[in-house]
Amino acid sequence: MPKIRRERLFHISALVSGLVFGLGLAVSGMTHPAKVKAFLDISAIPTGRWDPSLAFVLAAAVFVTMFAIRIAHRRRQPIAATAFSQADAKDIDGELIIGSVLFGVGWGMAGLCPGPAIADIVSAFPDIVLFLGPMLFGSFVVGRWRAVRGHTTSNAGREEKA
Amino acid sequence: MLGFSPVSATIGGALIGLAAGVLWIVNGRVAGISNIFGSLLTGRRSDLPWRMLFLLGLPLGAGIGTAFGPRFVSDMTTGPTELDLGRIGLMISGLLVGVGTGLARGCTSGHGVFGIANLSRRSIASVLIFVATAVVTVLLAKQWP
Repeated sequence: MPKIRRERLFHISALVSGLVFGLGLAVSGMTHPAKVKAFLDISAIPTGRWDPSLAFVLAAAVFVTMFAIRIAHRRRQPIAATAFSQADAKDIDGELIIGSVLFGVGWGMAGLCPGPAIADIVSAFPDIVLFLGPMLFGSFVVGRWRAVRGHTTSNAGREEKA
Repeated sequence: MLGFSPVSATIGGALIGLAAGVLWIVNGRVAGISNIFGSLLTGRRSDLPWRMLFLLGLPLGAGIGTAFGPRFVSDMTTGPTELDLGRIGLMISGLLVGVGTGLARGCTSGHGVFGIANLSRRSIASVLIFVATAVVTVLLAKQWP
């Protein structure tokens, strides 16, 4: 495929993927923080009012993605790119554990994780910016911290080139 | 408006999987939203356009889903999006999510959807930890009026 056509397809595909992802978030109800919290609130299990919807969302998403990964890996490369991206880290390390704990606390507090928070930028404007701003700042700080420590990661593009 | 909604959850989840599948098969990229968003400032300049387009698609798709979804999916959650937290709480939780997903290199999409589908040990560990922590946080928040 010629480079210009490949790049155009790459960008159209990114937009379509984001659009379908946002559609899925809205249809599944995951754009509503109260719906997410209704899953996390396991104290409702004995009363019969627990909402297991999120588990169904995750299971369906994982199932379809698994299928897609199998199809993809029959190919040597993606349709509109030269290579499949590789994971930055392989081990279950301190950063993964501490990061997951901090993320879990924030997710439980707000009922918001990054996807729904961005998908809600119109429907929950302007208050959602109070969440998204510090979220971007937090990731930025981690990215810079990694760069200073000299780790080569996809979060620290400048070091990657150096 | 709230309550168990198996039909919309399964259809919505399948759409999320489809989106992640397209981004992998066509672009060779992981649909990990914390990373796509968090790398806007620090990532490679050449990755900025596709990241912006993907992120732009999220509210667009959500808007389409909110407008037309209930016509096709019976048990879809409707009504306005209500942020169930005060302003200071939103800022603190946003910071925790940004730092946490940055350190963990993923969130509910990157680790939760793609990572589990890819049978990554790191992702499975991350999901178990952040779901457990979120459950505890919600239970504690209920005790603290």
